[in-house]
Amino acid sequence: MMRKGLRFHLDGGRTIWPVLGLVALLVLNLIFSERFFHLEILDGRLYGTLVDVLNQGSKVMLLAVGMTLVIATGGVDLSVGSVMAVSGAVGAVLVTRTEIPFPALVACALSAAVLMGLANGVLVALAGVQPIVATLIFMVLGRGVAMLITGGQIITFEDRAFVFLANGHFLGLPLTAAIVALVLAGTALLTRGAAVGLFIEATGNNETASRLCGVNTRMVKVLVYGFSGFCAGAAGLIAASNIKAADSSRVGEMMELDAIFAVVAGGTALTGGRFTLIGSIVGALLIQILTTTMYNLGVPPTIAPVPKAALIIVVCLLQSEQFRRHFVGRREIARPTVPETG
Amino acid sequence: MRQPMNLPVATRHVPLIATGLVLVVLFATASVLYDGFFSLRVVVNLLSDNAFLGITAVGMTFVILSGGIDLSVGAVVAFTSIFVAALVGSHQVHPVLAILLALCIGPAFGCAMGLVIHFYRLPPFLVTLAGMFLARGMGFVVNMESAGIQHPFYDRVLSFGIPVARGVPIPATALAYLLLFVAALILAHFTRFGRSIYAIGGNETSALLMGLPVGRTKILAYSFNGFCSTLAGVVATFYMGSGNPAMGFGLELDAIASVVIGGTLLTGGSGYVAGTLMGTLIFGTIQAALVFDGRLNSWWLRIAIGALLLAFILLQRFLSSRSTDRRTALAQRSRPT
Repeated sequence: MMRKGLRFHLDGGRTIWPVLGLVALLVLNLIFSERFFHLEILDGRLYGTLVDVLNQGSKVMLLAVGMTLVIATGGVDLSVGSVMAVSGAVGAVLVTRTEIPFPALVACALSAAVLMGLANGVLVALAGVQPIVATLIFMVLGRGVAMLITGGQIITFEDRAFVFLANGHFLGLPLTAAIVALVLAGTALLTRGAAVGLFIEATGNNETASRLCGVNTRMVKVLVYGFSGFCAGAAGLIAASNIKAADSSRVGEMMELDAIFAVVAGGTALTGGRFTLIGSIVGALLIQILTTTMYNLGVPPTIAPVPKAALIIVVCLLQSEQFRRHFVGRREIARPTVPETG
Repeated sequence: MRQPMNLPVATRHVPLIATGLVLVVLFATASVLYDGFFSLRVVVNLLSDNAFLGITAVGMTFVILSGGIDLSVGAVVAFTSIFVAALVGSHQVHPVLAILLALCIGPAFGCAMGLVIHFYRLPPFLVTLAGMFLARGMGFVVNMESAGIQHPFYDRVLSFGIPVARGVPIPATALAYLLLFVAALILAHFTRFGRSIYAIGGNETSALLMGLPVGRTKILAYSFNGFCSTLAGVVATFYMGSGNPAMGFGLELDAIASVVIGGTLLTGGSGYVAGTLMGTLIFGTIQAALVFDGRLNSWWLRIAIGALLLAFILLQRFLSSRSTDRRTALAQRSRPT
């Protein structure tokens, strides 16, 4: 099922660019830092920079999976960073102030996240508010709510189950990688194995036509935002587990932008329609490897955004037909450049 | 053409009036709740404290009116501030020269982004996102930490103020904001550039077919926004007395919030610069009220802004769905983000 999806959704070769970028980065690392590909097994667990990349990149990968479906419907979700903060805050408060079992805690945090996502969806689908504005509102509101939940403090915890989430291992690899794989597989199954994926693509491609065909575009939109909330909730729990605390003011900052870039770099167009989950994962890996490469090269983290900017521009330009035409020099019959209206 | 409400004003002015009403209500509430809020000094402080947000928002209005968006403004403000600080501090450049240099970088940066957005048809969201990362990083390249500015020119400007009444002067920062605002008003409503922006934001294809210089206008809009961001950065240096590469995180979103609260539609083509001024003042009023209160925490500002945004968006949706502005609804459907 996945193989067919891969071939079918390489989307006219758009995913080839981030893959090439990934390869280029890996080659760069091969030349400049030998330790990058070093892997060793200790106590039945795999250690190494590549494993760290998987672990650190798990949050962006989760966000990117949820964001893919949202972008596929022609929207965008700027609130994921704040949803991460809310879910982490709920988790931390519950674990330090109550005795509820860990699975119940996870359910509560994820429910809060899904609720926020659904609220986004309701605004976009039922009130007809533009996705940027609706999710911007919840980005601002959510951050405030998260601060409210933690009372403005950074809440730390030592609960073993919670800490295990981001630091534990499963079959030798980090647990976070397993979580990402699980979510990815589940999403792929749901979207490619059931009609949901088709409905999502149809809604994003031409909402009016889809609605007239009988697709419940409103429900589709509400659900994808809810799902994005779910993914952000999971990422938020991992983030909290990472630092063993809930830092409502800083967690998830700027991550929505990384996620959006990962999705777009992966080959899903910002205007919606065809989407590729594998592409988004590749895009997320690209960002994470770039971050790790910069770290290894000793670039101060405050300057790290500059190569990120270069990466974004390069990927976008390569995906732009106009740019490719410019440099490949194919002669085409001149026609008036009428801008697409979506 | 159905006129759904029998109002003495045109439907398109209603968001602007609503914004004005909110501002008045907010200010009145704060004046009642807090002693000393209702004073000229507070009003003047509103203008000067929020000058750099306001200037940024004015520039953003033009970009949004043309149907685009610019996420890089916060980073450009930060870069400008540390750029000027570094030039004046470490390189002994006279502030006027440093400021003029900075004011040239802004439009150039904006122009570059506009060119790439227009000619390669890249989404403004992503290009300006890259611009944001670039400017943010370059700010830290100039200097890793904040740098203070000590120069007699700065002292002179800071002590300059046009006295209004009862010994309350309008400081240079507020003056800069007001001057820019007036210039923007003239640009938007009395020049061909302004009319083209509204036309392009309304429907780019018909603007193109009408013969309007779409490319040039869009690029000019981004350049003007770049200029406003750098101007805001310069004003910020006066306000803080230093330059800081880490300032302005999230400023772009505050600016967008000001613009949206001011009644401008994110799809473009509809909105007023005056609305943005009011949006910025609403922002400032809430913040000033929080300071006066002393008990509430800064995150209530976030919640209040979020709630206001929500209310305004719903108001806009209500109006545009009932009015004859069906083209807005159509534009939203065909331009999803």
